[in-house]
Amino acid sequence: MGKWISYELQSWRKSFKRDWHLYLLLLIPLALVIIFNYAAYPGLRMVFMDYKPAKGYAGSKWVGWETFAKVFRDKDFIRALKNSIVFNLLDLAVSFPMPIILALMLNELRFPRFKKVTQTVLYLPHFLSWVIIGAVAYQLFKPTTGIVNILMMKWGWISEGIPFLTEKWHWAATYLLVGVWQGMGWGTIIYLAAITGISGELYEAAMIDGANRMQRIWHITLPGIRSTIVVLLIMNLGKLMGSNYERLDVFGNTQVKDFQYQLAIYIYEKGLASSKFSMATAVGLFQSLVGLMLVLISDRFSKALGEDGLL
Amino acid sequence: MAKEKQKEFDTISDGSHAIRKFSIGDLLIMLILTVLSLTCILPFIHLAAKSISSNTAVMQKSVVLWPKGINFDAYASIFQDGSLVRSFTFSVWVVLIFTLLGMIACTCAAYPLSKKRLKGRTFFTFLLMFPMYFSAGLIPNYLLLKNLHLLNNMWVLILPLIYSAYNMLIMKSYFQSSIPDSLEEAAFLDGANNFQILFQVVLPLSKPILATLSLFYAVGRWNAYADNKYFITAESLKMIQYKLYQLVASATEAQTATLSEAIEVTSTPEVLQSACIMFATLPIICVYPFLQKYFVKGVMIGAVKG
Repeated sequence: MGKWISYELQSWRKSFKRDWHLYLLLLIPLALVIIFNYAAYPGLRMVFMDYKPAKGYAGSKWVGWETFAKVFRDKDFIRALKNSIVFNLLDLAVSFPMPIILALMLNELRFPRFKKVTQTVLYLPHFLSWVIIGAVAYQLFKPTTGIVNILMMKWGWISEGIPFLTEKWHWAATYLLVGVWQGMGWGTIIYLAAITGISGELYEAAMIDGANRMQRIWHITLPGIRSTIVVLLIMNLGKLMGSNYERLDVFGNTQVKDFQYQLAIYIYEKGLASSKFSMATAVGLFQSLVGLMLVLISDRFSKALGEDGLL
Repeated sequence: MAKEKQKEFDTISDGSHAIRKFSIGDLLIMLILTVLSLTCILPFIHLAAKSISSNTAVMQKSVVLWPKGINFDAYASIFQDGSLVRSFTFSVWVVLIFTLLGMIACTCAAYPLSKKRLKGRTFFTFLLMFPMYFSAGLIPNYLLLKNLHLLNNMWVLILPLIYSAYNMLIMKSYFQSSIPDSLEEAAFLDGANNFQILFQVVLPLSKPILATLSLFYAVGRWNAYADNKYFITAESLKMIQYKLYQLVASATEAQTATLSEAIEVTSTPEVLQSACIMFATLPIICVYPFLQKYFVKGVMIGAVKG
């Protein structure tokens, strides 16, 4: 081992001579990030400009912090920001517990075959694109021709179709539940792996002491996966500012703009759709910076709790 | 190690099996899981049934899970029209090229960075990870791609995304945890150079992770459409998901704008739309059961270092 460490101390020249193959390999990904990621950063200077696509960077005026002032006065931005935060929090609240509950249930299953088939089926939505999920949802939930409403009317549960995706409050519920549905199976994988790591002796001992199922879940399984839960929760907190454009876009329609209008939509509509490039970029930068900060905070937080960091 | 644990755990569950009888709790759990599983399958069976039913049966709202008046007209018209089929073929090509180049880029980053002795490793790792945490955003990226003359170009769907920091991390941690240093050291002492070690020692031992990451790349590319929407306007360069998106979007707008049955039927017939959805979904549903175990493996390795 000592020999390998000593290489660290050698000069660059020696290291390069020995490992030039490796540096050569690195050139490919480095070229890619420089061309497609780092080269985009200078474009951020347009947040301090009144950028006009026709004039380019050279011809557009510098305006200092004016763009940010305009953004924060913009009612659309405030609405998008509020929607993003509210929906991300709601999403976390409803989507986060479900995989844990499912993993606990799957763990209690006694028929391996049944368990395997169930898992395979529950993972499926994770592999479908948002376009397909959205298209299917629109087919199923249409007020008059969707099968869900047809069946509920046939069974006499409701007298007229529920506008699942065309009235904003119903839309919010449907949007969130579809999110739960999409991620619930896939999310169990990590928890099931963590449960596998719990020593079987604990269960044996509990059984001998006469613990029932709920007690075993509560006193052994849940504490056994607590650190996993904490880490995943913190990781998810780091994503509170993000938004999934595709998910919002496919579920969008004119009736539900009030809620569907979130930051990703704002950036697209102000930016590419109506050429207010500076404002869209400023909002994007704001989102990136807050997101980065949240990730750093989550990382600190997780390390402070004695867990592995995220970075 | 994990296998052992699994086994140990299985015997415990079997042991418990002997102690307690099949209880109401078991039944309840199975019931809930069955219902949830059905929510993942039934929608697609419904759509499949609708897509091969007659227009009248669908309009009478009598198709639930079993097709009525079976015919394949909708699929025939998809093939006759040809645009969805062409975009399907195009998507397959893009996915193949994307996956191949992606794996090359990923390996080129992960292998050197997995070597602790590499001088400048921390710096290069930072350089290659930072874009994952801080993106310039849509507009600067759009202008950049415009300056690179990549708008409305097939390569805009491939090049900007082939290096993925997330996949690189997974691969790197696999190299570090699953390929013993001693093996490479031995090859090194035998006079092998870094390339030879990579191709003859490391990669042959990494087949599981190569399979997993290829699938991550392929499914990710197959499913995404936002970049199509941002950067592509030419019909011939639209991938299948984007085509489907446009088809559905035009139909839903018609629906929500009027909420009237009559308009709906004349815009895109339900049957045709179902058929288009199934056309884009079936490839995933067909390959998915065979591939899902590789995905699970990838998530486990990824979870080691989140």
